[in-house]
Amino acid sequence: MSFSIPADLEAELNELVTHYPQKRSASLMFLHALQEHFGYVSKEAIEWTAKKLDLQPINVYELVTFYPMFRQEPAGRYVMKVCRTLSCQLGGADKLHAHFCGKLGLDVHKHGLQTSKDGKFSVEFVECLASCGTAPVMMCNEDFYEGVSNVKADEILAKAQ
Amino acid sequence: MPQEHRLILKHADSPGYTNDLECYVRHGGYEALKKALATAPRELADGKKMSPQEVIRDEVLKSGLRGRGGAGFSAGLKWSFVDRKSGKPIYLICNADESEPGTFKDRQIIHKDPHQLIEGMIISCWANDVKLAYIYIRGEFPEGARILNRALKEARAKGFLGKNILGTGLDVEMHVHRGAGAYICGEETGLIESLEGKRPYPRIKPPYFPAVLGLYMCPTIVNNVETLCHVNHIVTMGSAEYAKLGTPNNTGTRIVSLSGQVKRPGYYEIEVGKVTLGELIHHENFGGGLRDGRQLKAIIPGGSSSKILKAGEVFKVNRKGPDGQMTKVDVALLDLPYDFDSLQAAGTMSGSSAIIVMDDSTDMVEALANLSEFYAHESCGQCTPCREGSLWMAKALHRLTHGHGRKQDADYLVGIAKNIQGRTICAFGEACAWPVLSFVAKFKSEFEAKGAADEARAKSSGSMHQRSSPIAGLHAGKI
Ligand SMILES: Cc1cc2nc3c(=O)[nH]c(=O)nc-3n(C[C@H](O)[C@H](O)[C@H](O)COP(=O)(O)O)c2cc1C
Ligand code: SF4
Ligand code: FES
Repeated sequence: MSFSIPADLEAELNELVTHYPQKRSASLMFLHALQEHFGYVSKEAIEWTAKKLDLQPINVYELVTFYPMFRQEPAGRYVMKVCRTLSCQLGGADKLHAHFCGKLGLDVHKHGLQTSKDGKFSVEFVECLASCGTAPVMMCNEDFYEGVSNVKADEILAKAQ
Repeated sequence: MPQEHRLILKHADSPGYTNDLECYVRHGGYEALKKALATAPRELADGKKMSPQEVIRDEVLKSGLRGRGGAGFSAGLKWSFVDRKSGKPIYLICNADESEPGTFKDRQIIHKDPHQLIEGMIISCWANDVKLAYIYIRGEFPEGARILNRALKEARAKGFLGKNILGTGLDVEMHVHRGAGAYICGEETGLIESLEGKRPYPRIKPPYFPAVLGLYMCPTIVNNVETLCHVNHIVTMGSAEYAKLGTPNNTGTRIVSLSGQVKRPGYYEIEVGKVTLGELIHHENFGGGLRDGRQLKAIIPGGSSSKILKAGEVFKVNRKGPDGQMTKVDVALLDLPYDFDSLQAAGTMSGSSAIIVMDDSTDMVEALANLSEFYAHESCGQCTPCREGSLWMAKALHRLTHGHGRKQDADYLVGIAKNIQGRTICAFGEACAWPVLSFVAKFKSEFEAKGAADEARAKSSGSMHQRSSPIAGLHAGKI
């Protein structure tokens, strides 16, 4: 598959560059947009970003490897980010993570991103999502869910089918 | 009766209140901006004149407003440090990274009343000669970013933002910038690096004080979301009226995030220092007490980085007597007023005003292991003591919670933590050391008992300790 950026996305990114006195500042916003479009940040996406922002590819690559939200491999169509930090742990985060892993045939002991065999779902533990009062909480792609019981988790899975 | 006092969240949860500009204006929104822009210059006794901007900066100083992001530093003083003679542009950044575990107050403002933040920022920009400002919002708030972007668009369309604001000739522009999942972006100099499009490696102070060498090496103000919202109310009420809220040196209101094992977790806005820790946890207007049959064990009072407090502790706190003299008095944990100074006197901090409550069902070793894993994951990796130490502590705690502990692990943890604090570029070093130091100091027997039991078990089964590295990958990509 050749790497191509749709014209409207490129226009959107060109506009983003104007938000900053220095082009380099736009790199995180570029990476978000490209990951959203392609599902992950490819080598081509890194090189394209570098070229657009007058940077070396390493300047962009080091961001992709540092910031936890960026990934270099495709993930499932639906990515479940389960908060694992203290308030959520006290509120049952481990149980929630285990529930997803059980349903999707994944390893409960693995904290990092893992994807179901059919490529549909990914599950990962993430750090505090800033909604500790409604623990346990999670995100499914960009949607946020709070007070997630196993029943609610199943509803989220069903909705994502 | 202890009660909430809603100033910032006055409208946020009222039925029918929406987060669009029209609703905000209907509830008196953008009146503070108009009032600020109409401020008259002030004649001083010595014949000197204060410009309208100086008057507002002075108001913020006199209000006693302290930063709501973590350090509790005077907002007015911070503004006074800005280098206004450099000839370089001055930037304002709103810290909307909200990533200190336990904290969920800025989320409420951003989602439910974004224009309040934007208005506070416009006033702050005008008062500080800022033409370009950013809202740095954590990557995990995609909905928050959309809401803010829409609100900025509305404000531009109505002439509150952009060129020639309200016909006064004032130009202010503002953009939303998204982070991407790294806690260290909440630290102001890490945030600035991130906004410059780099890894968020915090800068060393001195010389890189944002007020002098901030964004693009220009003078920069970084304030928390809630801090900037208070600016509206200081302008509306006047500093003297505002300072009547709260308690001396701890003025105004503050949104407390309450989580953990209480009946009614949630966010509660209080007058600073007018409500005690005990009331926040037990009173029916707040946490509503612990779950049935449970006893309080410990409280993390100001976000995960603050030192833990143990049920039953008593502290020496400075109090002004009727004769005006300061004396030290004994204050029990639950009687501590929830404010900056009282918590500092108790050896901890109110930090991001996030309280995490733990009852007697909590295993303190497990709880600390959870937090240490967070810090090991989030260390940016620049300073050796922090990068290595945070990982060693997490590994030792992993061992202790997986049946491979040793009795001396408690002392080992303390030794590492002591070698981190004070030896790092940014305050993350303290943030990861303090939980370890305070948990072990206050609950040492639990750590030792766990380690000793593991040792006894290993001895009886004749097996050697396993020293695997079970949490490999924690630092993935950082080195
Ligand atoms: C490790 C670390 C994380 C921080 N995270 C945040 C944060 O998420 N939000 C925030 O407003 N301040 C955070 N701070 C504090 C900021 O560095 C800065 O002091 C604050 O944004 C200043 O705003 P204020 O004076 O209005 O409180 C953090 C500090 C440290 C050391
Ligand atoms: S103390 Fe830790 S987080 Fe802060 S700069 Fe050093 S390594 Fe990075
Ligand atoms: S601990 Fe899960 S949202 Fe904060």
